[in-house]
Amino acid sequence: MSAKTNPLEESLVAPCAPAQPGEASRQPRADATLEVHRNEPVGPWFDWNLGELSAYRELLYFFVWREIKVRYKQTVIGVGWAVLQPVATMIVFSLFFGRLAKIPSGGLPYPLFFYCALLPWTYFSTALTGATGSVVDNQRIITKVYFPRVILPLSAVFSGLIDFAVAFVLLVGMALYYRVTPGPWLAFVPLFLLLATLTAFAAGLWLAALNALYRDVRYVVPFLAQIWMFASPVAYPSSLVPASWRWLYGLNPMAGVIDGFRWAVTGQSPPTLALLGASTFGVMLMLAAGLWYFRRMESVIADVV
Amino acid sequence: MSAAAIAVSGLGKRYRLGERERYVALRDVLSRAMTAALRRKPGRGTNGNGHLWALRNVSFEVREGETLGIIGRNGAGKSTLLKILAGITRPTEGYSELRGRVGSLLEVGTGFHPELTGRENVYFSGSILGMKRREIDRKFDEIVAFAGVETFLDTPLKHYSSGMQLRLAFSVAAHLEPEVLLVDEVLAVGDASFQKKCLGKMGDVAHSGRTVLFVSHQTSAILQLCPHSLWVDRGGVRAMGPSREVVARYLASLQSGIPGKLDAAVDRRGRGRVRFTRAWLENSEGTPAEHVMSGETVRVVASYESADGAPLVNSRFSIAVEDMLGQPLFLCDTSLGADDSAPRPPSGRVVCTLPELPLNQGRYLLTLYLEANGETQDWVSSAVGFDVSEGNFFGSGRQAPPGWASQCVLVRHRWGFER
Repeated sequence: MSAKTNPLEESLVAPCAPAQPGEASRQPRADATLEVHRNEPVGPWFDWNLGELSAYRELLYFFVWREIKVRYKQTVIGVGWAVLQPVATMIVFSLFFGRLAKIPSGGLPYPLFFYCALLPWTYFSTALTGATGSVVDNQRIITKVYFPRVILPLSAVFSGLIDFAVAFVLLVGMALYYRVTPGPWLAFVPLFLLLATLTAFAAGLWLAALNALYRDVRYVVPFLAQIWMFASPVAYPSSLVPASWRWLYGLNPMAGVIDGFRWAVTGQSPPTLALLGASTFGVMLMLAAGLWYFRRMESVIADVV
Repeated sequence: MSAAAIAVSGLGKRYRLGERERYVALRDVLSRAMTAALRRKPGRGTNGNGHLWALRNVSFEVREGETLGIIGRNGAGKSTLLKILAGITRPTEGYSELRGRVGSLLEVGTGFHPELTGRENVYFSGSILGMKRREIDRKFDEIVAFAGVETFLDTPLKHYSSGMQLRLAFSVAAHLEPEVLLVDEVLAVGDASFQKKCLGKMGDVAHSGRTVLFVSHQTSAILQLCPHSLWVDRGGVRAMGPSREVVARYLASLQSGIPGKLDAAVDRRGRGRVRFTRAWLENSEGTPAEHVMSGETVRVVASYESADGAPLVNSRFSIAVEDMLGQPLFLCDTSLGADDSAPRPPSGRVVCTLPELPLNQGRYLLTLYLEANGETQDWVSSAVGFDVSEGNFFGSGRQAPPGWASQCVLVRHRWGFER
């Protein structure tokens, strides 16, 4: 260590004397600007302090930043993993569902059809898994310092976007390879991405809270995601679903996301408004319920995590 | 509305018994519910009466700029109180209000991640403790200099020694500038020199006009830093007032009913594989006594027992003599004498002989400490009390003035006058 004197070594413990004005090195802020932190029992209904969330937005950024940094420091292939996994899945599915089972693919070559859906789906499923474990994985921090706990599933959901961005570049490349030029519909991609993000967040809120209470929930999630994938038009087009049931099918927000995303990239088979409407309604419902449940469980979580 | 920095009213926190069980699995809950339904009993894991009030009806106020100490036994509710004040958990009833930015130092190294570099950890940890990014930028050099880790900034934290990690963690926390600071036993980590540094910094913070709540086991630290204290006992406020009074009452309550028996000792820490069972003093005649005389030959005897019957390796026995407020006066330690690291029998008695008891008249306390196999096995604080009556330490028949009762160590000395 350096030879310079440590100023703190010189100041030995001072006896308990009342503070003299002017003795202080850094005075605390003036009275008028002080925020008040009130802590009371959780109310039964919607109890969100949106102003507080805004005050913590920098921390949200840091959580996402940390998540991404740690993830890429730990993997050898790093960014490559974001591409390798969906490509491998796509090859397998193309072979079995496209070639052998000959699932109709709405006029598109099956690999492209599938990859268009797989991309947002992979993002969703990674975000969901990440969000589920977010509270428990950060149990050390949660029990020591206060910040709005909702930042945890939210940051997990956001950090998946980097992988998505990388894989998206590959998707555009694939589309060009199959000579499917993206049209102006591409502008809708952010919209469907937002829908996927909200869905992952909404479901993540429930799962994060449940996982904190019952630690085996995170093992159920991959299974849940698998079922959910088959309930969404990833491997097959939504046109397979009879028209009269399509609204019910559409309540699954990911149905709207997948169909919409596929259309936005390739311009083929636009999703029906009924489907989109149902999906949007579905996600709003999930979000409201998720936020309510998470808020209610926040205190219990802090006690058991 | 008073200008109280911290206001607590009717605060209560209830835990369901068994809630602190870790690793509850959903499948267990479901199977319990199903089998309970079959047995036609209420399908709950715990019955309705399984509640524990960690805090009940706690109310107090802390004025701006005050430093308040919080003392109490383990499990009294001090940490729960601090957690509620910090906002980490919500109360079951009542409320707490804090005015100003709140900094909670409930551990050192909050948010540190081994894969991130020192620099990255400073940013993340600073952010989570409440600093804005611009603030961290501004203070970055100071933080790094204080911790002394300039050359290691860009290496991952996992390559740091534990001492460096501790210094960096503390450095980040020390540069927080909240209006209200909540500190929980942070000083219990690290070696003696580090603890001294922490204490020094705490002292600075306390004198800068900030409101500080300081929870500690060490009554000497409380007395040094806090003019006022709060005693939390079994979930309620037992006393609040000037520290000397509150600490004295608290320590008096720690003395077990039966003199010398340590089974009921409440303030003890350590691994516990070896424990002190009894401790007492013997006067110059060799009989156990609670009253001894200044200057006489006194033996402090402590019997100990090992749970597994194995001899004690690398043991160290230590006895600290303290005044009535728990402030240490002097130390007797097996490691201070000739190096004798022979293994000790698993159970027996350790005797510390003081050829001339160097204490003025008054009442004193003993803290016993035992280390074996490289770990602290038993550390019983302020467990045994004894009285010292006037004696003849100096051979002159004279004693120190009455004001020096219960707090004076007698030391042989000579006086001379020189031109």
